[in-house]
Amino acid sequence: MSGPFSAIVAGLRHVGKMTIDGVWRLGFVTRFLFAVLLASGQSLTRIHLTIRELYFSGVLSLLIITVSGLFVGLVLGLQGYDILQRYGSADAVGVMVALSLLRELGPVIAALLFASRAGSAITAEIGLMKTTEQLKAMDMMAVNPIARVVAPRFWGGVLSMPLLAALFSAMGVFGGWLITVVVIGVDDGAFWSQMQAAVEFDYDVLNGVIKSLVFGTVVSLIAVFEGYDCEPTAEGVSRAITRTVVTSALAILALDFVLTSFMFRG
Amino acid sequence: MEFVATAAERDAPLVSLRDVRFAYGERPVLRGIDLSVHRGQVVAIMGGSGCGKTTLLRLIGGQLKASAGTVEVDGRDVGGLGRAELYAMRRRMGMLFQFGALFTDMSVFDNVAFPLREHTDLPPSMISDLVLMKLQAVGLRGAASLRPGELSGGMARRVALARAVALDPMLILYDEPFAGLDPISLGIIGQLIRRLNDALGASSVMVTHDVHESLEIVDYIYFVSEGRIVAQGTPGEIRASADPFVHQFVNAEADGPVPFHYPAPSIGSLLGAGAA
Repeated sequence: MSGPFSAIVAGLRHVGKMTIDGVWRLGFVTRFLFAVLLASGQSLTRIHLTIRELYFSGVLSLLIITVSGLFVGLVLGLQGYDILQRYGSADAVGVMVALSLLRELGPVIAALLFASRAGSAITAEIGLMKTTEQLKAMDMMAVNPIARVVAPRFWGGVLSMPLLAALFSAMGVFGGWLITVVVIGVDDGAFWSQMQAAVEFDYDVLNGVIKSLVFGTVVSLIAVFEGYDCEPTAEGVSRAITRTVVTSALAILALDFVLTSFMFRG
Repeated sequence: MEFVATAAERDAPLVSLRDVRFAYGERPVLRGIDLSVHRGQVVAIMGGSGCGKTTLLRLIGGQLKASAGTVEVDGRDVGGLGRAELYAMRRRMGMLFQFGALFTDMSVFDNVAFPLREHTDLPPSMISDLVLMKLQAVGLRGAASLRPGELSGGMARRVALARAVALDPMLILYDEPFAGLDPISLGIIGQLIRRLNDALGASSVMVTHDVHESLEIVDYIYFVSEGRIVAQGTPGEIRASADPFVHQFVNAEADGPVPFHYPAPSIGSLLGAGAA
């Protein structure tokens, strides 16, 4: 009798421990966010620190974002045309491409790419600085590492995310136009005019921007936190990078569902 | 009156630890340490790996707080300082980390300039002069434009030393300054520690297990074992000491008061001898 019973208890204990650990960690992240916000003054007064991070997170992500945006747009154009032409609405393909990108695919895929390209780099950089005692050295020189290292990287990520998502959507629309209008032969005027009529700035574009701001904040916070919190060993840094990518992806997709359910309920 | 006060101030130790205890969780690391560092002195804290030497250094630098006892630097209780006060005190301290801890995204020049740029409003030309002077002092003015990745271990340590003294500190802390260095670099670092300390009128605390290099350059030595000070003295006293621990340490003997074997059941019981 004691065998199965103790197995159940052990299972429950494990679940309980994981829940407590998860809640504790969430609380820790929240406190860390407040510490970053409180130490953000320098990110504004010494703006070159933030601009440098904008370059590393934003400008260096341009290639992957533009190329991916283009290919997603090409595929959306093909699939959209294939489905819509069955109902004789091939002209509406522009609307479909634009709305899918602005509302969902732009913010979500750009954020996923951003987490794997820039988020992992931020975690690795901060984690290695911790491992090689650079953060401690800074602290011993009376320079707050959260203000000097963490906050500029956080703001660099938050600011570059909406810009990257916008660029992703723009490239996607261009890709959709390229495949449907130039290659397949959908009417150019119909493609653009239907898109212009159907896409609302306040509703579609703005909500997409809000989404990407939220994703940018979450991914940047996860990236800087995992780097700062990592175990200072080679293995610890590698685990922290993995956690950044996995946690960011899950957080982006879950938050996207929540945000969509508030924003686009028809 | 003024003269008396100044003399008293000068005689008071710059760093003084009284009955300091510290534990990582349940594991006690320091079990009542008393030590003092007088102005102008270079003091070494020695002991085997994991005996609590580095913890002592962290307590002096305010990175850790003692669970009991007081740690005073320049007459102020380090454990009782708020963040702003602690940072104000750290501006007058320099620390050399075990492997230098140079900022890898900056050149040698920018590494040494870092504390000056962060804490002073000096014009770039003056910062440049100061940085080059510090690099000249450690013999690496010619390496100013190199990246930390291009330096050897000994050179990195010297750059880190130049950075640690960039703001002319009153106290310099060294965490294993000789670890992993070839004999020539080791001698250079040892001489630099002594020369910079005397030139700056600073005091230095050095955590190390390199006995012979330390005996050449320090004024006073504390031996730490199992969280307690087990011996102390000037290099002359240490060389002449009959204390078994000091003797084992200075002569690098494998067995003695510090046992060769980690505590374990006797090998006989493990191999089954006497089981029948």
